[in-house]
Amino acid sequence: MSEVKKLKKPRGKVRLIEGKCIACGARCQSSCPVDGIQMSEAGEPQIELSKCIGCLKCVKACPGSALEIFYSKEELEILAQLAGQQDLAEDEADPEELARRELVAAYRGVWVFIEQTEGEAARVSWELLGKGKELAAKLGVELSAVVLGDKVEHLCYEAFSYGADQAYLMDQTVFANYRTYPYLDALCHLVDKFKPEIVLMGATGMGRDLAGAVATRVKTGLTADCTGLDIDAKRNLMQTRPAFGGNIMATIMCDRFRPQMATVRSHVMPMPAQEAGRKGKIIHVSLPINEADVFTKVLEVIRDKKAGEVDIAGAEFIVSGGRGLMAKENFAMLQELADELGGVVGASRSAVDAGWMPPDRQVGQTGKTVRPKIYIACGISGAIQHLVGMQDSDLVIAINRDKEAPIFEVASYGIVGDLFQVVPAITAALREMKAASNGVEVKDVKAA
Amino acid sequence: MYVVACIKQVPDTTQVQIDPVTNTLVRDGIPFIVNPYDTHALEESLRMKARYGFKAAALSMGPPNAEATLRKALALGVDEAILCSDRAFGGADTLSTSKVLAEAIRKLAQDDEVGLVFCGKQTIDGDTAQVGPGIAIRLGFSQLTLVDRIEHLDFLSRKIRVRRKLEGRYEIVEAKLPAMITVVRELNRPRYPTVPMRLKAARSEVKVWSNNDLKLDPNGIGLKGSPTWVSRIFSPQRAAGEMIGDGLNDPTGTAKLLLEKLVARDMLAV
Repeated sequence: MSEVKKLKKPRGKVRLIEGKCIACGARCQSSCPVDGIQMSEAGEPQIELSKCIGCLKCVKACPGSALEIFYSKEELEILAQLAGQQDLAEDEADPEELARRELVAAYRGVWVFIEQTEGEAARVSWELLGKGKELAAKLGVELSAVVLGDKVEHLCYEAFSYGADQAYLMDQTVFANYRTYPYLDALCHLVDKFKPEIVLMGATGMGRDLAGAVATRVKTGLTADCTGLDIDAKRNLMQTRPAFGGNIMATIMCDRFRPQMATVRSHVMPMPAQEAGRKGKIIHVSLPINEADVFTKVLEVIRDKKAGEVDIAGAEFIVSGGRGLMAKENFAMLQELADELGGVVGASRSAVDAGWMPPDRQVGQTGKTVRPKIYIACGISGAIQHLVGMQDSDLVIAINRDKEAPIFEVASYGIVGDLFQVVPAITAALREMKAASNGVEVKDVKAA
Repeated sequence: MYVVACIKQVPDTTQVQIDPVTNTLVRDGIPFIVNPYDTHALEESLRMKARYGFKAAALSMGPPNAEATLRKALALGVDEAILCSDRAFGGADTLSTSKVLAEAIRKLAQDDEVGLVFCGKQTIDGDTAQVGPGIAIRLGFSQLTLVDRIEHLDFLSRKIRVRRKLEGRYEIVEAKLPAMITVVRELNRPRYPTVPMRLKAARSEVKVWSNNDLKLDPNGIGLKGSPTWVSRIFSPQRAAGEMIGDGLNDPTGTAKLLLEKLVARDMLAV
């Protein structure tokens, strides 16, 4: 070791790679320990090379990979000399890194918060158990469900059937209705006591209310609306989510803090297969919370019948219309096709804004995320906000007159044509096929 | 008593584009707007001012040019506009953003009690919906998210009753003041500034608070106080589509071709 020390490894200096800065908001500047970066008018870093110590902090902070280290000719020569002894120099962990490793090692296990209302679980919780199982397997740890509520033990068994190895159960009357503070106290208590490394929650009204509160109190990171979750080589959670209205995807890390928390929308992760009778361990936990100390009361819960009528998020077939439909009445044509398929009618934002369809039918970033078997986009150009909400459909069919429409980029099958002719033609062909099959599976018809 | 609206200056994300060649964000000429959900928070604070005689304050964190956003709030009629701006706040994620905003509210409360804080339900650039809850928890305020109606405000008993809009249901919730409320679009219809108000706003002061004013530990704010960081950005992957048939000249034939393909892929069962 001491012989190696004679040649000090040059650290180089940092420079900006032309055209790659995304003006993220001065992350590099904030991370520089020697005040060596000033921001230009355009929000791009200007590096004072005389100050740069090659510490890599800004390079690591840059989300756009726009900064790189370069070396002088002399430094390159030293590097070449050192190349043979590289592996020795590599593993010099600084105290910051060692402290991080110690903190992180104390946390183990993947948790999924089981969201429930009146004893009925939200579908997204089961979807998250499916993803959680995968993450837990990669980490070699257990998957736990967290069940809070009043008379909700049955949800633990349901969680086992969807893959949970164990369940933390807090069954108290004070948890009957969701209120931020009692649920916050409960979840923080569990996190403090059992130290999970990952906590997943649905990006629902309740999930977001609670996740934001818990992350603040536990002082950890939270990534909202993830569309992808994976584990990197260092056991950290890679959380991928759309940013800037879905125009770009960002992978977010929270490697210095635990737990790593993420919310995921409904229908983004596939539903896992249910295994009836699968067993697990229930860990009962209780907390002395007095109802009199909870200042928030849920006075009434009103079921919204309108939203209950058509559930586009849960539909297997969706026929969606956009600006190309031209008028409200024309949606009847989509309804006919949807009826024939046993599906529902959805809409793009522009169709909803025009008043042709109610807001609960809106597919997209500000509407609902859908994941049907077949999504038929009629007269929808495919703004990025719309694509974010439907691109995970098993199969996308796009019908549009404009062959340049971005919707064709995500379509499995694209038809350039007049939707006023193509849609009725599909409906007619489907009816014909049904009549011919006489109730027999369609694939048999084809064989016949 | 203060009613505070937290507002954020955001890029108009409908106009953000990716350069297909360099794979980077094209940001030239993208207009900045007040986060649309926050305009409803602002409107509600002004209604509270009109109805109960509260002092309305608008609060934001951002670079110095975010002052323009607060000037819009002044033009709508807020009494005070405060921008938290400091290099030390830069690169903040939601956790460290809420820390700065909560501290600013605490500082404002030294002057007069803060009874209500309104935030938009989320921003259109980050979409996280996390800053509002962060503020509520730090200040120990009641947390009421996704509110679409203020049903009742009772000063004497210090209680507020609101309606929350959740998936497939509404909840009528009563909570104590002070409260942090995040609002959805259905709550109200934001007003437009009048010309005299705009002129007055141009002469009014936007207070700028740096960390000298808030005195937060520099290690707990900005990038340093942010547990999350972006490790990579990329364009969403798109699978190229297969174009089928001739829908313009032969809709019927194309429809049949489509169904054949669906049947062959076992996607249809009649």
